Amino acid sequence: MSLSRQDVEHIAHLARLKVSDDELDEYVDKLSRIIDLVAQLSSVNTDGVTPMAHPLDIGQRLRPDEVTESDQRELYQENAPDVVHGLYRVPKVIE
Amino acid sequence: MSWETVIGLEIHAQLATRSKIFSGSSTAYGAEPNTQANLVDLGYPGVLPVLNTDAVRLAVKFGLAIGAQIAPRSVFARKNYFYPDLPKGYQISQYELPIVQAGSLQIRLPDGSLKTVGITRAHLEEDAGKSLHENLQGASGIDLNRAGTPLLEIVSEPDMRSPVEAATYMRTIHQLVRYLGICDGNMQEGSFRCDANVSVRPQGQQELGTRAELKNLNSFRFVEKAIEFEVERQIDLLEAGGEVVQETRLYDADRDETRSMRSKEEANDYRYFPDPDLLPIVLDEAFIAEVREELPELPEAKRARFIADYGLREDDVDILVASRPLADYFEAVAGTVKDDPKLAANWVVGELSGALNRDGVDIDASRVPPHALGELLLRIKDGTVSGKLAKEVFEAMWAGEGGADEIIDSKGLKQITDTGAIEKIVDEVLAANAAQVQQYRDGNQKVLGFFVGQVMKASQGKANPRQVNEILRKKLS
Amino acid sequence: MPTARPTIAELAGQLAAGDTSSRELTEATLARIEAADADLNAFINVCAEAALAEADAADARRARGEAGPLTGVPFAHKDIFCTRGVTTTCGSHMLENFVPPYDATVVARLKDAGLVTVGKTNMDEFAMGSSNETSYFGAVRNPWDTACTPGGSSGGSAAAVAAGLVPAATGTDTGGSIRQPAALTGVTGLKPTYGRVSRFGMIAFASSLDQAGVLALTAEDAALVLQAMAGFDPHDSTSTDAPVADYAASLNNELKGKRIGVPGEFFDAGLDPACEQAVRGALAEFEQLGASVVDVSLPHLGLSVPTYYIVAPAEASSNLSRFDGLRFGHRAAGAETLEELYKKTRQEGFGAEVKRRIMTGTYVLSAGYYDAYYLKAQQTRQLIADDFRQAFETVDLIAGPTTPTPAFRLGEKTDDPVQMYLNDIYTIGVNLAGLPGISVPCGFADNLPVGLQLIGPHFGESVVLNFAHQYQQATDWHQQVPGDAP
Repeated sequence: MSLSRQDVEHIAHLARLKVSDDELDEYVDKLSRIIDLVAQLSSVNTDGVTPMAHPLDIGQRLRPDEVTESDQRELYQENAPDVVHGLYRVPKVIE
Repeated sequence: MSWETVIGLEIHAQLATRSKIFSGSSTAYGAEPNTQANLVDLGYPGVLPVLNTDAVRLAVKFGLAIGAQIAPRSVFARKNYFYPDLPKGYQISQYELPIVQAGSLQIRLPDGSLKTVGITRAHLEEDAGKSLHENLQGASGIDLNRAGTPLLEIVSEPDMRSPVEAATYMRTIHQLVRYLGICDGNMQEGSFRCDANVSVRPQGQQELGTRAELKNLNSFRFVEKAIEFEVERQIDLLEAGGEVVQETRLYDADRDETRSMRSKEEANDYRYFPDPDLLPIVLDEAFIAEVREELPELPEAKRARFIADYGLREDDVDILVASRPLADYFEAVAGTVKDDPKLAANWVVGELSGALNRDGVDIDASRVPPHALGELLLRIKDGTVSGKLAKEVFEAMWAGEGGADEIIDSKGLKQITDTGAIEKIVDEVLAANAAQVQQYRDGNQKVLGFFVGQVMKASQGKANPRQVNEILRKKLS
Repeated sequence: MPTARPTIAELAGQLAAGDTSSRELTEATLARIEAADADLNAFINVCAEAALAEADAADARRARGEAGPLTGVPFAHKDIFCTRGVTTTCGSHMLENFVPPYDATVVARLKDAGLVTVGKTNMDEFAMGSSNETSYFGAVRNPWDTACTPGGSSGGSAAAVAAGLVPAATGTDTGGSIRQPAALTGVTGLKPTYGRVSRFGMIAFASSLDQAGVLALTAEDAALVLQAMAGFDPHDSTSTDAPVADYAASLNNELKGKRIGVPGEFFDAGLDPACEQAVRGALAEFEQLGASVVDVSLPHLGLSVPTYYIVAPAEASSNLSRFDGLRFGHRAAGAETLEELYKKTRQEGFGAEVKRRIMTGTYVLSAGYYDAYYLKAQQTRQLIADDFRQAFETVDLIAGPTTPTPAFRLGEKTDDPVQMYLNDIYTIGVNLAGLPGISVPCGFADNLPVGLQLIGPHFGESVVLNFAHQYQQATDWHQQVPGDAP
């Protein structure tokens, strides 16, 4: 099953990846090969098989409701590319 | 054509935990930006979520209160979308297997009728951060303090048929979550938020019309007004031969209208899948039983009990049970006064609520605690102070001038019950108003009220009104 | 040095005897890296100054009589583990300048044990690759033949251990990323059971498959390091609180009476004949040691590559959404809108293979395709895991080749991602089922090392280490040193 240029453009948009026109054909080709590989599963009979989301078949461990953190803003924002008044600055968010 | 309105609500209640749903950061409101966002909340590379026990406990408590099924096994899923206030690029939520499934809630409409609203599900999820725009020269700034705050999303069936029903349902949920102590219900701070799915269909049609999702309905009034507007908009559109588009619309309270949020529409392929960082929540019967033990008396049960045990009027009871602290306050006062719950109810609904509203004080912070109000009411009962002057005593108590007895003493508001003293005042009043005495004796009974007023005035309101009446009648006859 | 590549056990003995100091070992290690790494490119970052400080601290600790079995031994971490104050790139331009403010649990535990971190090893970008060629910092070269790949994604750790630069290093294994490079470089690589070692601080690729482990010269060393790494971590709710076994204690158990299952599916047409011969030779050796070798079947093993290439990219597409240029990592310059900022940042920050996997994962989760791909893969994952469960009802261990071929040449498979993916055909099923596995050297094909894969049941680390150690007691493949190693 092969992907179209439109398919790849749509996926790239969902994944917020810019794909230039000259890269597009290569993505179409390689992604189609990968989808062909994984599409092999369609022929497998999985009727009644419980989907396996996780290798461990156990329940989740919970933590107590305790505040364990203190303000580390300065440290954590050392990695931030653009900070103003303690806020992460981004181009205008339009609602 | 006549149209039927169909409404379902999605309510986001912030759960009252100390720390966030998946991290040990504080959930306290109002901190400096990003000072309560730790590595997990910031979505730093390598970090992992660890679920807060109390978020689970509070969600279960809600489920039990609405008679829902508590899922023995529920699953967190990732809802994937890019937004700057969503640090990981996905929200941890529940999708196919929510923790609370299939419950219902009875609501009491303003006309006194009851209606049952189905609650499809309630699921746990994390809140996002906030985008700020002020003083940023056209840019936006992201504060992630709120990111990771635990939310319970309560999804109703499309069971409501009018804006009033929707607002009543929202109020009833609001009352319930505060009764349960699972949410502070503070709408200004965003602890309790509501989205509405609204559609219309021709009366009698089974199939649902196309719905619009209304966002940003952060007060009971806005819910009602936004739905009213939206219903009208949809009917106008359909009657003009148009079609309703399935979309998200934002309510603008200033203009009282809803408008399309196209920017959110284009990419709503959320690609939900089970979060591989979180194993299923597995709840056993013992845990559920333990939470059930913690359930308080719920509003409807309390309402019935107040009517039956105290013999109160329904409209007073509705006010008293509106919030658990007010109901508790009333019961404490009634306990002090003992044989007169109606007097206690009148004062709590009247003077106390008036003072709280006037000064914007929360019942928990009432400047007159219940036992102090009870003492005052006892002084009315035993005749120490008149009902009228008791209001003056109450205001002084509210102003922090002391207890009932202390204020009655210091202000000399003690009721005059000594017959001799009252007779003396009556004599003086009658002597000073010979013309009116003559009128009374000529058959004008109404003048009696004049004399009562004059006596009360002369006694500075302290004379016992019943005795004044008696003595006047005797002397005038 | 008594041998060209001393083991941890040997170094620990020298340190304990006072024959050497941690500072001396660390200086020598740094000198070897300095001399050899221009050829190998095994390290992304060498932290000489910090390492010497840690070495001095280790020596002081020893002087106080508080040294443990690992204290003072030089060590390296795959650059996927967050190290406080030390750049952690994950092999990506996206994180080229990322300095974590915290230590991964694995890093913290090994630091507590006294291992001295000399640097961070090269890897495929975000651990996505089987040849180390997707690293933003350039491919690693195989010490046995520098024209060949060392495998991936933990290729830097494997090459560093094979070349004797460090005695051991951490790795991570999502579909074979420890075992495959261990096989291709002739070292011992252990992937523990999913949940045995904390994932906290390990930059996520595919969360339901990722597991931290170790590359070392011997199973005995792997046991020593695992002992210090393993255990419940309150920061990782998928880590288990099952008790941690004493791995060293069972290394010398006899294999007499033990049953080894050999799946026919591991010996298919794709297996290089020389590799098959080496693996068959190893099985014969186990029979010499008293174990019996029986046939088992993993009928759904053939589904593991397609299953994996749905599950892993799906999880990755979501895990890598956090790299948006806002809070850390690369941010594109000159973007005027938010969407442009996201798209340019991610276009520039990620390499081609990472982008392919993000797109594959996005596709298989998207509306209309979820059931056909993702849900289906969760079901075939169950079938594969069931096969292993059934096999372990009759055998103690499953054995086979680690890879279908020995190391391939750099550039040989870069044009076709599917050919590259098929290199992990024998290792991937173990991740899907969450089992422990180890690769140990068992011979040569074309003068390149061949790996034997030993797979245990859940939490059967002691079992695989016991078998691997007994095998290494009886053979010397693991002691073969690359001819051109320094």
